[in-house]
Amino acid sequence: MVDAVLVWRRLVGAQIRSQLQYRLSFALDAFGSFWISFIDFLVVLVIFRNVSRLNAWNVHEVAFLYALSSITFAVTDMLIGQLDQFPQKIRDGNFDILLVRPRGTLFQVIAGDFALRRIARVLQGSIVLAYALSTLTIHWTELRVLVLLVSIPSAVVIFSSIWVVGACVAFWTTDGGEFTNAFTYGGTAMAQYPFDIYATWLRRLLGFVIPLAFVCYFPALYVLGKPDPLGLPRFLEFCSPAVAVASAAVAGLVWRFAVRHYRSAGG
Amino acid sequence: MRLDWEIAKRGWRRYAAYPWATVAGAFTNTIFGFLLAYILLAVYRSRTDVGGFDAADAVTYVWLSQSMIMTVYIFSWWELAWRIRDGSITTDLLRPLNPQRYWLAFDLGRAPYHFLFRGLPPFVLGALVFELRYPSPLDALAFVLSLTLAVVVSFGFRFIYNSVAFWLLDFRGVVTLATTVVVFFSGMAIPLRFMPTALRDLCYALPFGSVIQTPVDIWLGKREGAALLGVLALQLFWAVALLAIGQLVLRRATRKVVVQGG
Amino acid sequence: MIEVEDLRKEFVVRRGRLRRERHVVHAVDGISFHVDRGELLGYLGPNGAGKSTTIKMLTGILVPTAGRISVAGLEPSRKRIELARRIGAMFGQRIQLWWDLPLRDSFDLLRHIYRIPADRHRVNLARFRDVLELDPFLDTPVRQLSLGQRIRGELTAAMLHSPELLFLDEPTIGLDVVAKQRVRDFLVEINREDGVTVMLTTHDLGDIERLCNRLLVIDHGTLIWDGGIPELKERYGGERTLVIDLEEPAPPLEVEGAVVERVDGPRQWLRFRGSASELTARVARAARLVDLQVAEPDIEEIVRRIYASPEKVSDTNGV
Repeated sequence: MVDAVLVWRRLVGAQIRSQLQYRLSFALDAFGSFWISFIDFLVVLVIFRNVSRLNAWNVHEVAFLYALSSITFAVTDMLIGQLDQFPQKIRDGNFDILLVRPRGTLFQVIAGDFALRRIARVLQGSIVLAYALSTLTIHWTELRVLVLLVSIPSAVVIFSSIWVVGACVAFWTTDGGEFTNAFTYGGTAMAQYPFDIYATWLRRLLGFVIPLAFVCYFPALYVLGKPDPLGLPRFLEFCSPAVAVASAAVAGLVWRFAVRHYRSAGG
Repeated sequence: MRLDWEIAKRGWRRYAAYPWATVAGAFTNTIFGFLLAYILLAVYRSRTDVGGFDAADAVTYVWLSQSMIMTVYIFSWWELAWRIRDGSITTDLLRPLNPQRYWLAFDLGRAPYHFLFRGLPPFVLGALVFELRYPSPLDALAFVLSLTLAVVVSFGFRFIYNSVAFWLLDFRGVVTLATTVVVFFSGMAIPLRFMPTALRDLCYALPFGSVIQTPVDIWLGKREGAALLGVLALQLFWAVALLAIGQLVLRRATRKVVVQGG
Repeated sequence: MIEVEDLRKEFVVRRGRLRRERHVVHAVDGISFHVDRGELLGYLGPNGAGKSTTIKMLTGILVPTAGRISVAGLEPSRKRIELARRIGAMFGQRIQLWWDLPLRDSFDLLRHIYRIPADRHRVNLARFRDVLELDPFLDTPVRQLSLGQRIRGELTAAMLHSPELLFLDEPTIGLDVVAKQRVRDFLVEINREDGVTVMLTTHDLGDIERLCNRLLVIDHGTLIWDGGIPELKERYGGERTLVIDLEEPAPPLEVEGAVVERVDGPRQWLRFRGSASELTARVARAARLVDLQVAEPDIEEIVRRIYASPEKVSDTNGV
């Protein structure tokens, strides 16, 4: 485990060095993605120009949700977002190289897909978070701080799991990559708004089957001290870490199943 | 004309070759359609009218715009930029066919494919779940015309930002930024009618309003008589203007390629 | 080192987009062979014959449909990671080095991926730097290397962890004569000095002739030759082709000791055995010659001839 973390750090370091070789490209790209992620927040502001509340949520609370969803999604995107190009790896046979190395394939894929330029989005989300926290009056307790701090890595793990399961589609068909977008980009878009505005079926499907409700809705309810408009059990507000562990386990199993399929059918 | 038709057919086939990509993309548009529809409906819990749109207008807007995303190709388009970057453009310039005309014909072949297979399925699904508004026969006709013009306007803009690759080796940031501008100012992210008046009027006047908001307005019957002719004329103006600018840029670039050898 | 017994691999291919017909392809259809430690073995066959499928099964990438494999005493598909530490692999067209990083950095990353002890890594790298003359470009990003330099880098990458067995897929493809020679010298050296068992696929007869003491030929998923090079050439490669250009188009020449294979205007192809000069003299007597050349059969040609011959030789398998 320690060894794996060390190797991961080296591999990521190597990618950062590679990506910084193209400085202008890096800067322009980071600049572009900073603004494109800002659009989503502009949309929030435009909406609240027309209404003062979405159900029981005011603009600062939604900004808080938005920021949590954006930051965690952007961190995931930075860590493994290049999984978007995984179908290409399968198509040109480069996945086989990972199979003749003495490491787990998922580990190698995750350690090989770092994209530093996504840091611009993390920055954008952080700015909105700072803004939201400065306008909200939160009664901070130790537990609230803890829930907020734990929710971020939990959300990253949940998003990563979605991404990994999505990448597995490539072991069967290499041109269906966009299915994943529905749950990754769609997932972060959904999590930016309070869950009680969605229809029940959509909430069940994307909130619990794919556990997007645990990305920021439940932790945010607790941190903000809001009663759950859906009236769901309160212990759910503390469940994000457990859901994250479960998601990771499911993603790991699906990956194993998919690789086994590839090795017996594919090539 | 015959040649344009042949090129257009290639544009259609090029995208028809990846049916799974089409299915996956239509699925993604559908998910986003649901999300946006519920978000906007939440707005209408405390209001009945926003900028002349009621709830049914807004939901129709969501599904129409999701269906139009790929038809007008609002997201990043790189094909020309890559040809410039890898030097294939020099051979294109040697052909007795203007590259802009080639790519326009290609795009006009691509658009109907995306309209039928990327656009129609999400719209039908949306129509089954939500109560949508439908146009009068005349408006429907005007919508088709307007949508076609929207494709040309969008193409004109894409052609220009791709041409940046003639001067800038690193065009990725520019393309991302250009896409950002279209997504927001076309009303793709949120209907222009939700925006503050001054910003909204600006977007309508710029070419971007012609790409999404104008065809939807026509579908919803918000533009009739002289106003209808007015917005169509504006679309036509931007289509011609952007193509002309693209042509100028191309001429400049050709001189550069010829003089400096790429 | 390698034991293969009745190895099979079937793929299910689906044709058509809507009505997807199932279609079973027997990529590897019951092959058996045995490789001793220290052998340098060539593995060849036309494209799509099952070469790379076999290599993929031997390296643990693919799971066989049926049959038994043991590589270095391990079953590849079950002990993939354990096996990966003991074998090296290089796939000619694929890049396992880090594209944007200096060669040196790739070697350092591999040290950690393979958990190579630092001192062994240092010793190995020093040696390969010397033998493959890597120093001039050790600090150059891989994307800026020439093909020959990159292949030398790839070979080092495959050998850094001191594998007992090395799999090479088309190691010399696209290289110029000098670079090819360097790669071949290197393979001979690690085979002789370190006793590394080497199995390589290639289309290059030169590779086979200069390197291998044994050859496996596969076609349509079955082994059609397993034996030495001299025997193979004796049996199938003895025939050469004389290409002649006549002054004007003519019907196929009738010359003793040769058969006309093909006619294209004034050019004719004659297949023959034995001395080229005697045949040339006979041809010159029969027709007015403008130009001529002698074509050696390449390995593809030999493979085609073996396959075309009625006596299939899979019974020579020495398991």
